[in-house]
Amino acid sequence: MKGLEKSVLKRVGTFQLAGEAQGSALVFSHALSFWGGIDVETGEIIDHSHPGLGQNVAGKILVMASARGSSSSSSVLAEAIRRGTAPAGILLERPDPILAVGAIVAEFLYDNSMPLVVCDISGIVSGDRIAIGLGEDAQAMVSKI
Amino acid sequence: MMLELTTEDQSMLDGEQGPAVAAAMKILIAFSNAVGAQELLDIAGAHIDGCLYHGQASLDFVERLVEGGGRVHVPTTLNVGSFDLIHPGLVKMPPSQEAPARRLMKAHLELGCQATFTCAPYQTRFRPAFGEQIAWGESNAIVFANSVIGARTNRYGDFIDLCCAMTGRAPAWGLHLSDNRRGQILFELTGSFDPTDALFVGVGLIIGQASGDRIPVISGLPQPRDEDQLKALGAAAATTGAVALFHAVGVTPEAKTLDEAFRGMAPEATIRICRADIDHALAKLSSVPDGAPLAAVSLGTPHFSHDEWMRLLPMLREVAPGRGIPIYANTGRATLARLQDEGELDDAQKFSLIPVTDTCTYVTTILERLDGVVMTNSGKWAHYAPGNIGVSVVFGDMEDCVRSAAAGHVVRSAP
Repeated sequence: MKGLEKSVLKRVGTFQLAGEAQGSALVFSHALSFWGGIDVETGEIIDHSHPGLGQNVAGKILVMASARGSSSSSSVLAEAIRRGTAPAGILLERPDPILAVGAIVAEFLYDNSMPLVVCDISGIVSGDRIAIGLGEDAQAMVSKI
Repeated sequence: MMLELTTEDQSMLDGEQGPAVAAAMKILIAFSNAVGAQELLDIAGAHIDGCLYHGQASLDFVERLVEGGGRVHVPTTLNVGSFDLIHPGLVKMPPSQEAPARRLMKAHLELGCQATFTCAPYQTRFRPAFGEQIAWGESNAIVFANSVIGARTNRYGDFIDLCCAMTGRAPAWGLHLSDNRRGQILFELTGSFDPTDALFVGVGLIIGQASGDRIPVISGLPQPRDEDQLKALGAAAATTGAVALFHAVGVTPEAKTLDEAFRGMAPEATIRICRADIDHALAKLSSVPDGAPLAAVSLGTPHFSHDEWMRLLPMLREVAPGRGIPIYANTGRATLARLQDEGELDDAQKFSLIPVTDTCTYVTTILERLDGVVMTNSGKWAHYAPGNIGVSVVFGDMEDCVRSAAAGHVVRSAP
């Protein structure tokens, strides 16, 4: 599941929801809960206990080890994807059922596939341009561009 | 390990039972893979926490299942919505929000869900039996089903509870499996405690806070008067924490002995609870002192059972509050209908008693006045109402709530 060639930063990951995306990385060491954590109308982080407070996830590649929080985060992610305020893609180190459900429901409803990838996230820093693509055997290809 | 599907699962996924079932199965499979389940199992029923309107995506999802000809596959109850459909004047909502909120409740009925609209489905005829596999949403219902009844559910929520209902299947993981139901952390009550309502709330608040993702076992808990005290304990534990199952030694069905609760293994940690801990936890629920003028009383979170009404009504008749301070009591519509049949509510108006069904006084705008102090006997209501609707709260037992309504200010016999 974790293939890595660190020098050029190319990773092979597993899709929880398959799709393609490019964007600027937004990397957090603290897990972010979508419910109570982001303003669904703007994509802005509103959780006062989170170091990313005031930053905006819309159109970014959101990178964190894991997600957290209530199952209502599924609804918030799906609604953010509908409104266009969601990240362009999400990279996690550990699979997350709640975000997976939100992403799948949004694809089902709006044909909008926001890639949700489980992969090694070491070495990615905020501001890196990241591309997520479809690889062989339905694997996720994550690279720095 | 990948998820293994039965022929029936595959048939649902392939659309042989219609597009709504196919969508539900696709989402269920992705969820199951994400939690590492290796197969799905049959469920006997579901409880859906999808009727509170949170945004367009929630309504779009249910509408798509309706359009796809979807029907639930197992008996399915519904949690509260944003609206009291039986007392329509009670909820004050702008029309732009009212239309989708009402539609969300109605669309679930079109999928074949039961119009229970209660957070206490265990008080209805759909109550599950010991050992039954179910897929339930709503935190207090989940912890009650697992702990007090011994039915088996994980903490399901948004979309997934409905996908389980549409397919009659749930991922075989977590609390569905016997091995994952053993206690992990021990809470020992030290000293002797009377089984007061407040004790059960206090214990719930403490174990919720301290358990993290471990399953709590309580020893030294006095025998409860009735299951409503365990309802209050579980609701509080699922409010301050993420407790989905607790064992109380000698009280709950999977914990006849300490050894059974831990399945013969040692607790990972032991926490002692004394009287002062209980008092401290309860004191944190109140933000105003005794003597503060009262705007309203809110009872019935989770929904008032018939037994609770039968304790409240004689108390009201005896104390006879006559100051016009509203006493709201949230309850299931089936419980309300039974009380009306029995003629028990004929004198309700005399005491400014306002039964609320289908919803709850902290999730929507029902209270006439939000600028005052509201007294409640619910740990859950006391915890959430200040953030949800902006009121000041004071916690007290049912009798203190009634006496306070009569006095017009907060009166408490115990902290």
